[in-house]
Amino acid sequence: MNHREAILADVRRGLGRNGEPPPSPPAARIVRPQVPRAARVESMLQKVIALAGTAVHLRTGEEARRFVAALTGGQSAIASNALVLREYGITTLPGVRSGVTEEAELRGLCATASFGISSADYALSDTGSLVMLASPAEARLISLLPPVHIAVVPVDRLLSGLDELFTLLPLPAEQTSSMVFITGPSRTADIEQILVRGVHGPGEVHVVIVGE
Amino acid sequence: MSARFDQKISETLADPRLQLAIYTATGRLMSHRKAVVSEDALPEYQELRTQASAIKRHTIENLDWYLEEFERNVIAHGGHVHWCRTATDVADVVLGIAKQRGARLIVKSKSMTTEEVDLNERLSHHGLESVETDLGEYILQLMHQTPYHIVAPALHLTRQDVAKVFEDSLGVPHDIVIENQTLTARGVLREKFLNADIGISGANFLIADSGAVTIVENEGNARLSTSAPQVHIAIAGIEKLIPRAQDLATFLKLLARSATGQPLSVYTSFLSGPRKPGEVDGPTEFHVVLLDGGRTKLLADAEKRESLHCIRCGACLNHCPVYRKIGGHSFPWVYSGPIGAIITPQFHGLDSEPALPFASTLCGACAEVCPVKIDIPKILLELRAEVRDVEKQNADGQLERAAFRAFAYLAVRPKLWSRVLAFGRRLPVWPLGPAGAWFSERELPVPAARSFRELWKERQGR
Repeated sequence: MNHREAILADVRRGLGRNGEPPPSPPAARIVRPQVPRAARVESMLQKVIALAGTAVHLRTGEEARRFVAALTGGQSAIASNALVLREYGITTLPGVRSGVTEEAELRGLCATASFGISSADYALSDTGSLVMLASPAEARLISLLPPVHIAVVPVDRLLSGLDELFTLLPLPAEQTSSMVFITGPSRTADIEQILVRGVHGPGEVHVVIVGE
Repeated sequence: MSARFDQKISETLADPRLQLAIYTATGRLMSHRKAVVSEDALPEYQELRTQASAIKRHTIENLDWYLEEFERNVIAHGGHVHWCRTATDVADVVLGIAKQRGARLIVKSKSMTTEEVDLNERLSHHGLESVETDLGEYILQLMHQTPYHIVAPALHLTRQDVAKVFEDSLGVPHDIVIENQTLTARGVLREKFLNADIGISGANFLIADSGAVTIVENEGNARLSTSAPQVHIAIAGIEKLIPRAQDLATFLKLLARSATGQPLSVYTSFLSGPRKPGEVDGPTEFHVVLLDGGRTKLLADAEKRESLHCIRCGACLNHCPVYRKIGGHSFPWVYSGPIGAIITPQFHGLDSEPALPFASTLCGACAEVCPVKIDIPKILLELRAEVRDVEKQNADGQLERAAFRAFAYLAVRPKLWSRVLAFGRRLPVWPLGPAGAWFSERELPVPAARSFRELWKERQGR
């Protein structure tokens, strides 16, 4: 008998089960508060700032382009292939590389760029979190290797929180191999409980919410 | 009590710097937690605990079903599942994958399960370099130490300790600035991430309906370990299952709050397979290693089965008056504090450290803060009863039984009782022998000159 069979047999024996289907699990606890858009924006801004990130709410893609241009100041940046970044004209800013589809090239750029620019599929306004689903449009390393992460998020992607997210995406694995919630800059308190930001991930996170 | 347990406790109590470090760190974690689970901050906190407890109970009681569902879904998304009985089996699986890929360098994110099986040691015997990448764990690996705490592994170390080990092991100048130490580790480990062949992680949850692993962390090292290398291996105990992705809406609200006082940790990853077509990065191979390692034995015990509901938040350690005095390294295994006191004897047998279930005041703080409501004091009492049963069989504890027989004899003879007590009160208090250790930390109250019964008699006579 292999380990799989032996372990399953032990589990069943221990529990007094014969492999029959279990009774229904307790219903998942999903409570969706109704939060108006303005309140979501306000909460997102506050939470990100409280986490020592920065957050702004801008009306148009053009404003977002100018904001990102001022942040990067022409320094090296790697931008994801997200459509909105192209739409807003962020991918053609000076110093910004985008449209990379080759892995080694992407790694090299992410390891040396001063900024990583991405969008986010959703944001959780009650915790100030970005929700990133890995896809051909969003590589993982862009929000991870550069020391500064800029996330440009259209306002209609702001959700109230986890409950709304898991209502929209009851089975995230059907859509992506990797879903990550990013809540503020990378941090540690491993030495003497002293908070230090930018351990392995970005030490700075800027959230740019776009749209009325 | 084993000599080792006794000695470790004495050393910890005698080290004022260590006492302060444990007290400060756990105190800070306690107050952080309190702020985010308060009625104002999270009115639904108790409801979430009840839900989490019910979900865990349901999953554990039907575990075979959810294990198979999980396995089916991992395979459906292009991943592999490996079932392991023992630590050796886990090492063999990793070695097999490494051999197939011609791998040399492994980056590892924090995982208590891999501490359980002493994975790094086993891999290094076979010429593989396996590097811990969580800052605290990295420092501990350089110092050849085990974690002091489930979520704050290096809480017993100072910046001076870190400066010394970085100077000795990495050849960098002595530097006690914590920010610089962090940057040094970032630099060294960044190279490892970019060159590693395999990334190994643990899992906070295994999601049956998705075939996914969920990993909660703050530094980004787990994200890097599971994103940069071509192969990701997640290693988890079989008890980590929950039925549905939607259950995370309950568990994620509890885990980081209970552990570090954060509403969500900085990075929460939900990983369900190798990269999909068209993705530019991410692992091309995804493996999940499911470890028994004594868990099936524990499952068979209906009374204590709930020990397997634990989500490893560490809150019970922070709130335990015993952990806060004796620290993490006094405990005989990688799990310390109240949760360590109940799972260690159940995984390794009572005789591994018979005193462990007694290293508790039964104050109940652990059960009160447990996000999944494990009744730790109840399980400690059951383990104590088992230790006593074993002692009875071994004819140990004769002195104690003789003492109770004497008590029973006296307790039903009031006159003799008061005479014995009157005599006892006149004896000088000299804490000798084993009692000496007890009194080194405490003062014995001086007995009253006259007993309550004497005073009562006098009053009645007036």
